[in-house]
Amino acid sequence: MTIITDPPKGSFRLSMLLNDSRYRSLTLQAIAAILLALAIFYLANNVVTNLQRLGLNIDFSFLGAPAGYDINQRLIEYTSQSTNLKAAFVGILNTLLVAFLACIMATIFGVFAGVLRLSNNWLVSKLMSIYVEIFRNIPVLIWILIIYGIMTVVMPAPRAFRGEDAEAAMFLGISAFTNRGVYIPGPEFSRIFGEMGILSAGIGWLVAIAIIIGSFFGARTVTRRATRIQEATGVRPATLVTNLAIWFLPLIAFFIITGLTFEIPELKGFNFKGGIKIGAPLIAIWFALSIYTGAFIAENVRAGIQAVSKGQTEAAGALGIRPNRIMSLVVLPQALRVIIPPLISQYLNITKNSSLAILVGYADVTATLGGITLNQTGRAIECIVLLMLFYLTISLIISAVANFYNNSTKLKER
Amino acid sequence: MSDTSANAVAFVRTESVPASAPPVNAAGPVKWLKDNLFDGVGNSILTVLAFVAIFMILSNTMPWVLNGIWDAPTLAACREILDGTTGACFAVLSERWNQLLFGFKYPSELYWRPALAFAMLFVAFAPVLFFDLPRKLLIFTGLYPFIAFWLIWGGPIFNPILALVGLIVGYVVFVRLEKTSFAMAMGVGIVSAAVVWSLSKFIGSDSAILSIGYLETVPSRDLGGFMLNMMLGVTCVSLSLPLGIALALGRQSSMPLIKYVCVIFIEFIRGVPLITLLFVASVMLGYFFPPGSGVDLFIRVVIMITLFSAAYIAEVIRGGLAALPKGQYEAADSLGLDYAQATRLIILPQALKISIPGIVNIAVGLFKDTTLVSVISMFDMVGMIRGPILASTDWNGVYWELFSFAALLFFVVCYGISQYSQWLERRLATDHR
Repeated sequence: MTIITDPPKGSFRLSMLLNDSRYRSLTLQAIAAILLALAIFYLANNVVTNLQRLGLNIDFSFLGAPAGYDINQRLIEYTSQSTNLKAAFVGILNTLLVAFLACIMATIFGVFAGVLRLSNNWLVSKLMSIYVEIFRNIPVLIWILIIYGIMTVVMPAPRAFRGEDAEAAMFLGISAFTNRGVYIPGPEFSRIFGEMGILSAGIGWLVAIAIIIGSFFGARTVTRRATRIQEATGVRPATLVTNLAIWFLPLIAFFIITGLTFEIPELKGFNFKGGIKIGAPLIAIWFALSIYTGAFIAENVRAGIQAVSKGQTEAAGALGIRPNRIMSLVVLPQALRVIIPPLISQYLNITKNSSLAILVGYADVTATLGGITLNQTGRAIECIVLLMLFYLTISLIISAVANFYNNSTKLKER
Repeated sequence: MSDTSANAVAFVRTESVPASAPPVNAAGPVKWLKDNLFDGVGNSILTVLAFVAIFMILSNTMPWVLNGIWDAPTLAACREILDGTTGACFAVLSERWNQLLFGFKYPSELYWRPALAFAMLFVAFAPVLFFDLPRKLLIFTGLYPFIAFWLIWGGPIFNPILALVGLIVGYVVFVRLEKTSFAMAMGVGIVSAAVVWSLSKFIGSDSAILSIGYLETVPSRDLGGFMLNMMLGVTCVSLSLPLGIALALGRQSSMPLIKYVCVIFIEFIRGVPLITLLFVASVMLGYFFPPGSGVDLFIRVVIMITLFSAAYIAEVIRGGLAALPKGQYEAADSLGLDYAQATRLIILPQALKISIPGIVNIAVGLFKDTTLVSVISMFDMVGMIRGPILASTDWNGVYWELFSFAALLFFVVCYGISQYSQWLERRLATDHR
């Protein structure tokens, strides 16, 4: 019989701290903790000494002081008398705006190029590989500068639009592409919200978005009901007309009630007035980020579609499913599982790369908080810490979304 | 029998008909065209559109490129030569190439030094990149950082040699003690290297030894142009690789303290844009050093970019570690290897092999990101274009020629690296497919 002996007790020797696997990890962690504490103490001590020598301190009260500079591109009310905090907030909104726009456009470019790269057409697929290789292998910074150059050097000045035989003409008579930016017709609600001042357009659009969300849920209910009936009876009721009505009728009704009109930009004095102005910096950063990241997304899309094995398509064909239904019912759901995680990380990259907007003078959060505010107040540590916290929060939110998606779509095995 | 049949039938063919050529549209270029370009209505439309796009791009760029002026002192003179016709002013490149490549402050009579260092870079990297080359070349790879430092920054050859001797002593000590304990060997090795390095304190500033092999010194703020991009890229990738491996192993560790320190570090760095880290390097990092140490901007930037890419490389290597079957770890354990041995001999060689494409992607991305230093007013290639060249009265307004040149250089390097990575992947594919 074997006797299970207890490990020897009481004879603890110092060498067991390193050689006994029961204690070793604790020892190593204790050493690591001490080293870490020493390093942190050393760095913190240096910071404190340096700050004292320079007569500085850590103080966030500058956020409440007037910023003292103007911001051209802004989504909310802001004047040079507003606080630094508000300037930072304007910057945050601008960052989110350009990131959002670029994500949408990059997805469009990427899906388009990725699908076309798999085309049977030799010429088209080669063209798309050239697009991908060129844009992936040249720094996005250079693309931003090139597109900014196109916007400011090649586009005509507003005065070129003047006179009988003007050098430049408005696009379709409603939009003007100038070297100061692009002017497009701006929607306005002439009734109901007319008297509410500056916010009227904003509220109108919020209501419109609410209606669109409502339509989405309405249409989903109809589709689900159709699926239920199909599962019960085998016959799917026609939903197209109902869905179209749910999508468009409320919105059109809303626009008619509120009297939606479009204000067309006009050349007045030295510049265009009216409509919506999209500044050259915004266009440069938006377009450059989209076309650069689009090349990466194209590769993800291609990889995703190629990852669905051919047997899946053939099996679906053997079941007698029509080709376009094979795409939507069999290939896409499986490809999306591969495409979406890298896609989300590309969105994260877009958000982080939008900080390059500072290069062309777009007032994103890096340019306001990390640029002008930092330079004017000299509060380097505070500004940079806040800036990092902002980007960190955004990244963590996007990662959380990605994790949630991964968990909900991963293959459920065993 | 055969005779009768031959007579009975009026004509019997005795040899087979020679194979006739396939129809024109079933072989050769016509078939290729039909299959690849005009396969159905939709494809034909796409082809026509693609041709139109190619034609428009070429017809707009080719006259500009072919009609380019390569020899003119200023933009105004160049425009005069062009006389209203379309054409590029590549003269800016032939006049300012040295600034684009070396920055505007690097002494022009010393250009041979970074150029030589650049040429030697290929020799140094060759044995790392191509396994078939003689292994002896790796010695040169080891020496290269010291030679390159000496060539680019100048100064007495004594400093790099002392650094090298210190490293060699440390390594020899490490190898001697490695049998007993990995951690102890590491510690004693580092200490003995530090002892050798501290010898430099005993050399007086006017000592004769400092005049041996003295090259004119160039301060690092005078570095610039594409050279700066190359230096930052190569240095930071090389430094971040070991750091990234350490972080990846730390993140896999079973010790919670080490694991969470690594996790927090990696996630923090990956969560913020590089530009904020460069801001840290330019305005904040100085506070973390002892008062009066005055670490120069180049080193601060190298530190931050290295930390940045180490976090990304760590994630790639973690992917490689996770992809290894658990049996590999267990097999190493059952052979009685300790953690250091198992990691070095069994785990890392396989994990790194899996991670190579990812690491190369990070390296390419990092090299592209070195252009960001122009934001904190370092004059790298893009900084040179935006600053001294475009701001000069001679060349104010030459955008496309300069940016095309920068884009071309980056494209050549990045595309080259990615092609190498694909070759390596095929080379290393040991599984049978």
